Amino acid sequence: MTTPTVVPGVLADPLLAVRRLTKYFPVQEGLFGRARGQVKAVDGVSLDVGHGETLGVVGESGCGKTTLGRAILRLVEPTSGDIRFDGVDVRALRGRALRTMRRSMQIIFQDPFSSLNPRMTIGATVREGLTVHRIAEGEAADRRVRQLLEEVGLRGEYASRYPHEFSGGQRQRVGIARALAVEPRFIVCDEPVSALDVSVQAQVINLLRDLQRDRGLAYLFIAHDLSVVEHMANRVAVMYLGRIVEFASSEALYREPLMPYTQALLSAVPVPDPVTKRQRIVLAGDVPSPANPPPGCVFHPRCHHPARDAACAAIVPPLEEKAPGHWVACIKQPPTAVPWDVQRQAGATHEPLRHLPVLAPQA
Amino acid sequence: MTSPADVLLRVTDLRTHFHLGGEVARAVDGVSFDIHAGETVGMVGESGCGKSVTALSLLRLVDPPGRIEPGSRIEFEGRDLLALDNEGIRRIRGNRIAMVFQEPMTALNPVFSIGDQVAEVARVHAGASRKAAWERAVEMLNLVGIPDPRERAKAYPHQLSGGMRQRVLIAMALVMNPSLLIADEPTTALDVTIQAQILELLASLQQKLGLAVLLITHDLGVVAEVTSRVLVMYGGQVVERAPVRELFANPRHPYTRGLLQAMPRLGDHRDRLAVIPGTVPPPTRWPSGCRFRDRCPYAWERCATEAPPEYPAGNGHGARCHLVDEPARDVALAAPVA
Repeated sequence: MTTPTVVPGVLADPLLAVRRLTKYFPVQEGLFGRARGQVKAVDGVSLDVGHGETLGVVGESGCGKTTLGRAILRLVEPTSGDIRFDGVDVRALRGRALRTMRRSMQIIFQDPFSSLNPRMTIGATVREGLTVHRIAEGEAADRRVRQLLEEVGLRGEYASRYPHEFSGGQRQRVGIARALAVEPRFIVCDEPVSALDVSVQAQVINLLRDLQRDRGLAYLFIAHDLSVVEHMANRVAVMYLGRIVEFASSEALYREPLMPYTQALLSAVPVPDPVTKRQRIVLAGDVPSPANPPPGCVFHPRCHHPARDAACAAIVPPLEEKAPGHWVACIKQPPTAVPWDVQRQAGATHEPLRHLPVLAPQA
Repeated sequence: MTSPADVLLRVTDLRTHFHLGGEVARAVDGVSFDIHAGETVGMVGESGCGKSVTALSLLRLVDPPGRIEPGSRIEFEGRDLLALDNEGIRRIRGNRIAMVFQEPMTALNPVFSIGDQVAEVARVHAGASRKAAWERAVEMLNLVGIPDPRERAKAYPHQLSGGMRQRVLIAMALVMNPSLLIADEPTTALDVTIQAQILELLASLQQKLGLAVLLITHDLGVVAEVTSRVLVMYGGQVVERAPVRELFANPRHPYTRGLLQAMPRLGDHRDRLAVIPGTVPPPTRWPSGCRFRDRCPYAWERCATEAPPEYPAGNGHGARCHLVDEPARDVALAAPVA
């Protein structure tokens, strides 16, 4: 039995096309590390990233967003699924062909303290990609390093300094210069600003946007901070326990989130406005262990939807287009292709009902 | 409002310096504030502003080469904390003033059950019997919203999520019914839905127990949600203080304004965020005059030569900025976005 692959927001001419991507990690137990099941860190994710766009990926710890970014770049080897970059099957590449592809696909890491080699000058760090990929050598490479540093807002003469001489924000700029050195078209930004102070965070966000505009870069922008993602992303995927549970344009997702999880996530963001008091949905409990996800809808144990019932624990909700371009995995948020009699057979007592709690005030 | 008699904690000209070979890092450099019984005060600022060192100083937990400098005063429940001997300050710590830190994993001992760790506080501080201490631990775990507390008390820290561990730490902090809780970035390591749970818990405990809370955070959103008064720190000093609504409606210090404009907010569709140019200077080299002047769009000659005192701006509002003294210079500026 094959089910058709649901691709939320499929594009006619994607730069990156990910289909049914999975990454399972074995869970080992005992002294001899026998495998006792697996953690489905990424569990059948499909998405397209367009040329020059920013696709945001949001979710909490353990939702699989970081593994997704790394699996796309094959920094961790996916368990199954397809990845096509500019039409090329990334998973089939080996050796030199894979290295060549990596010129086009880069990553910026969260932690500007551990992601730079403390024994290399920042110039050498940025230069490495240039020489590995034979983009420039000798004096030409030195000139290019200085240009790159200046492009990210650092002084060219900083090339001879070491990471410890820089602040967190400056180190993150070095990380960006390193990624840019090989002239990529696509960058996975994995929590690029979450370790930075607010005033510095804004500098780096503006830099990433400028670089995107000037170079036509596409970003997969992974973050837990919903305000930062709204600011950066054209379209947003919300992940929970390894799956995409909602996908929409940034505008639609933040204006009218339909998945109860997204509603709770948005309502939980502290708003820097002491006057406006909002209705807050405080979720009970914690995110369940990805090694032992709940049956049916993975969110149902914490769900606040008034129509939640036994069917939610039995039926895996398909990711469905509930409004044009707005994809949601919830059988209680109409319309749904899971018919009422099927839900009833699974123990449903509440018919689907549009639930739209009042969320964040609009600025 | 509150009368002076309600003042629980009064900090006057607190200076905590670190003497590093030839240099002196003036991490906290002239901080004064009051906390009244039962109120929640927010202390907000970025890395290196001195907020965590202030918190440690209140409990005299600063180790050499750090030193609380002569002339600093910390009065708590009418006692001079800096005059107490070691035994005296130990009796304050954990009993009257308790503290919760950012890292809920490293603050717990991995080889003891959470019940044992909460109970130990009651045994050490109150001399409770083993059985009474365990009962108190179960009661506290229940108070902080840990489900099935009698059973869960036997769990070890690694068996709990980050949010649950933070609840355990709050339970430990509250065992002795302190009158002041210092919470240093208590939700920073937590996911946003868990952060919401913990903030709600802190607010309800504060109500239930009449606890005063000093909440230290870098997040202005958290400040807006749970505090009634705010201290903004920069360069080892309080640069602005105000009731929370007043601060957000009418920030007087350019640093506070910069922070508010630099934050991306939900529903805010600005193309570019405003930035505060540059970075925080190291505490060994604060600039002369105003410590923010290198990064300030308003700075003029006076800012380089004369350190601003805290000017009162009415309604419990004050700011360490010459703009309050020379309001004619306080014209609307387009925030820098580069």
